[in-house]
Amino acid sequence: MSWDTVIGLEIHVQLATKTKIFSGASTAYGAEPNTQACAIDLAMPGTLPVLNKQAVNYAIMFGLAIDAEIGQVSAFERKNYFYPDLPKGYQTTQLEKPIVGRGNVEIQLADGSTKNVRIHHAHLEEDAGKSLHEGNFNSSFSGIDLNRAGTPLIEIVSEPDMSNAEEAIAFAKKIHSIVTSIGICDGEMSQGSMRFDVNVSVKPSGSEILGTRTETKNLNSFKFMEEAIKREVARQIDVIEDGGTIAQETRLYNGETKVARSMRSKEEANDYRYFPCPDLLPVIVSDEQVEELRRNLPELPDARQTRFVEQYGLSDYDAGILSSDAAMANYFEAVSRVCSNPKLAANWTMGELSARLNNEGLSTSNSPVSAEQLAGLIIRIADNSISGKMAKQVFEGIWAGDGSADEIIEARGLKQVSDSGALEQMVADVLAANQAMVDDYINTDESKRKKKLGGFMGKIMQASKGQANPQQVNQILAQKLNELL
Amino acid sequence: MSIERKEIEKLATLSRIAINEETISEVSQRLGSVLELVDQLQAANTDGVEAMSHPMQTSQRLREDEVTEINRREALQAIAPKTEDGLFLVPKVIE
Repeated sequence: MSWDTVIGLEIHVQLATKTKIFSGASTAYGAEPNTQACAIDLAMPGTLPVLNKQAVNYAIMFGLAIDAEIGQVSAFERKNYFYPDLPKGYQTTQLEKPIVGRGNVEIQLADGSTKNVRIHHAHLEEDAGKSLHEGNFNSSFSGIDLNRAGTPLIEIVSEPDMSNAEEAIAFAKKIHSIVTSIGICDGEMSQGSMRFDVNVSVKPSGSEILGTRTETKNLNSFKFMEEAIKREVARQIDVIEDGGTIAQETRLYNGETKVARSMRSKEEANDYRYFPCPDLLPVIVSDEQVEELRRNLPELPDARQTRFVEQYGLSDYDAGILSSDAAMANYFEAVSRVCSNPKLAANWTMGELSARLNNEGLSTSNSPVSAEQLAGLIIRIADNSISGKMAKQVFEGIWAGDGSADEIIEARGLKQVSDSGALEQMVADVLAANQAMVDDYINTDESKRKKKLGGFMGKIMQASKGQANPQQVNQILAQKLNELL
Repeated sequence: MSIERKEIEKLATLSRIAINEETISEVSQRLGSVLELVDQLQAANTDGVEAMSHPMQTSQRLREDEVTEINRREALQAIAPKTEDGLFLVPKVIE
């Protein structure tokens, strides 16, 4: 029997505000525990929340980016549950009147096709603190750090419009791209800036009736998300084909052990007893406010992709990759501006630089190679001063902090020889010194001669200490050997 | 009007409130009288009246996104039952 998979996502996005959603405490990442948790975040008696204007604006900006209705009147509810990292005993969130209503996100798939994913709504809420179960403290306790408590979030809820892991990942990446492009989230997945809950169900192919879904919570990387979806789909099909039924439950996926398990049923018995938060009045958003935010909305990834194709002559594919990451897109544009060679700027930004950053776990904004430095390197590649191979050495030098491309080329004597007189002499010398190879070449069947060129190239490059311009040598070599036939 | 014992027990669990055997019937009566009050309110005709969560016709004031709170960990943790290395310690909670 074949099965259809139905996937919906809930995405928690930490907003890049300076302060908490309801207090003036800093949200800067990585501070000492509880040094950014003020009386409001700690739910001290007598404190009252005051809503952060920027958090509201960021939520509206997201709504505009996905072409959603913006709630002119939105309201906050209390979601009641007990956990030590939630000092108030409730999370302040939105239920009945979220700030962002229905919207749409278009995703691109590997085969080049596109698909629309509907957004059910997005709402504002506060993050909880962190519970630590191991540390420098008595092991019969848990440690609570409330620095994160009260960090503003938007929770984006999709319709169940995705039908496999690839689509879910494409959607998650698109949301990442949108929120970083409009600057409402730093997108640092390793710091928990975006977290995903995945709702998965399966049904017999073509059936109109949805199967029972499970929710796998708190996935914090695209890789874990993909694994978790694939495993959950396989598990559900196994259970059903063995005659079982799927229980509606919340599951946790451990990315290290690659095992998902059901949360205890006691934790499952959630009855949040939502009610309107008496401490917060309705939030009114004026048309003027929305229009001003719309006017100032930064460029969206799709628009940037189109512009990169038109302005820089990049392929749709390259433009898509570069524009999906706001920091990388800005970097590329800066490189391109300085070196005036968009094609090479794109190749180096997406190739050598991205690979190296990925390896070192760095983001584009922390690149040890500045856009100006990379542009300096590209200028020397474009004017044939250095070969592609030398360029990689120079890149390593810049990465290591040895200076600019020109300084490294000078210091290491990496200048490429492109003077045709000198190159012709070099080729002639090598041919004269290797008569046996030349004879062999002449005696070889024409169709196989091409393969023999590599041996000569190696000797010539060796003779030039790697400094000969390989394209030119290739030409001269072919020409000289032809003359001998 | 009274509420079933099972319901009271569930509410007590959800609210993390210990209710002992002897008080269950009293709590049930008192909660029941609150529900009677709600019933009276629900009897009012609200056709065409939009639900409101606050009695005031006013909207939420917003704050500028500026840091106004300083680190007061020492003072705030002085009144906590147990702390260590800057963390609040609570009875072990692990799933």
